[in-house]
Amino acid sequence: MTQWSGYFGLIMQGALVTIELTLMGSVLALIMAFLAGLGRLSRFFAIRALATAYIEFFRGTSIFVQLFWAYFVLPFIGISLTPLQAGVLALGLNVGAYAAEVVRGAIQSIGREQYEACTALNLGRWQGMRHVILPQALLVMLPTFGNNAIELLKATAVVSLISLADLTFQAQVVRSQTGNTLVPFTTILIIYFVLALIISWGVRSLERRMARGLDGVRV
Amino acid sequence: MSAPIIKIDGISKSFGTFKVLDGLSMQVMPREKLALIGPSGSGKTTILRILMTLERIDSGHIQIDGEQLYHMERNGQLLPADERHLARMRQKIGMVFQLFNLFPHKSVIDNVTLAPILTKGIPRAAAEKRAMELLDMVGMADKAKAMPAQLSGGQKQRVAIARALALQPRIMLFDEVTSALDPELVEEVLNVLWRLCSETDMTMLLVTHEMGFAHDFADRVLFFDRGKIVEEGKPDEIFRNPKQERTQGFLKKIIAAGHRV
Ligand SMILES: Nc1ncnc2c1ncn2[C@@H]1O[C@H](COP(=O)(O)OP(=O)(O)OP(=O)(O)O)[C@@H](O)[C@H]1O
Ligand SMILES: [Mg+2]
Repeated sequence: MTQWSGYFGLIMQGALVTIELTLMGSVLALIMAFLAGLGRLSRFFAIRALATAYIEFFRGTSIFVQLFWAYFVLPFIGISLTPLQAGVLALGLNVGAYAAEVVRGAIQSIGREQYEACTALNLGRWQGMRHVILPQALLVMLPTFGNNAIELLKATAVVSLISLADLTFQAQVVRSQTGNTLVPFTTILIIYFVLALIISWGVRSLERRMARGLDGVRV
Repeated sequence: MSAPIIKIDGISKSFGTFKVLDGLSMQVMPREKLALIGPSGSGKTTILRILMTLERIDSGHIQIDGEQLYHMERNGQLLPADERHLARMRQKIGMVFQLFNLFPHKSVIDNVTLAPILTKGIPRAAAEKRAMELLDMVGMADKAKAMPAQLSGGQKQRVAIARALALQPRIMLFDEVTSALDPELVEEVLNVLWRLCSETDMTMLLVTHEMGFAHDFADRVLFFDRGKIVEEGKPDEIFRNPKQERTQGFLKKIIAAGHRV
């Protein structure tokens, strides 16, 4: 019995690492999403090209290879990352590329009349973006951002391959030490699921908060 | 005789191969109230949108208050206007749209204060005080905290008018501001226009299908067809004694459609 509680502790440690990775990866992904998403809409060709190259490259190559590259190849050019750093980098850049398209699509979904109202009120390009377009576009992005965050959570499992002690890694440890496959893997299945539920729920309540007043229901 | 505040000189504008405006010229005097009427597709909206810099011209010149709108004078040479020049020129002009174009995520008062705070650097408290005066004038002071989605069409349009006025433009453009409204809501918006007309010295250009209102409101009526001014004159001349056949035909159709003249 005490043995099982020790193993459970291992899995909980793994859960913390997974949560940490998810949070840090999401922050990086969010930053990249806005940089590249806005970059794709830039007036300047060079910025558009750079943003497009980033998005296509990271969507077009596998997260496994990206992670291995960050962890095993970067040291050859003098950049040594810890497994956590490599994991955050690969996950953030990978999911950020998908989310950048969400940012771009959401901005483009805002009607022309909103841009025209900005011009008629003499708001500058960035002022209109910041105060009129983005706040409305954010609401469009949120549900898909929720999906992206869940994708990122699930993708964190790849870091076990560079021996970062996340949920999946710890489950393998427990399996090899106990010989039991069913219990550790069922446990982490449930934990992943619960974490995903928490993300869904969080995003949905955020969405409700932001949508307040927009549809004419009492605020 | 003072100088015209708007001077349009031979402007042309095409959408693809379709020529909407072909060498149009016209002038508007300061404080003048102008009604632009004409059949659908005749280019009325396009003219207002060009004046608001929402649409570029292909050729010709426009002067606002003695300054080129789409050109900059540099060492005696006319260059295409850059964004900074356009921004400076836009300060003189405001526009109200057919579909209001309010910012749905901002309360009524925030809709009105946003641009003055951002573009003129007016402190929030002062901007709100001024916004409340404007909202009071359009009869919307009690809805200052409401969101646009909670308002009727007529109320939205009155907020949109207050929002445009907050920047104190010298020229106001109104593009069929009552066309999207239920009939019973048209009056409240026209009343606001009427107040602006009689209480301010803004130059006003009004595109409308409300011929009765155009008659009472305007100093001068321009009848457009196919991007050209077919006939212009005092409201009485245009509405009672139109000389051109096309004007007569248009007015007949409008009356048949149930509009009051
Ligand atoms: N962005 C655009 N692209 C293509 N064609 C356009 C565009 N904007 C206007 N047009 C065309 O230009 C012509 C003039 O349009 P405009 O909106 O100025 O007419 P209008 O006089 O305001 O008509 P209405 O009374 O129906 O509002 C129309 O034939 C219209 O289809
Ligand atoms: Mg029109």
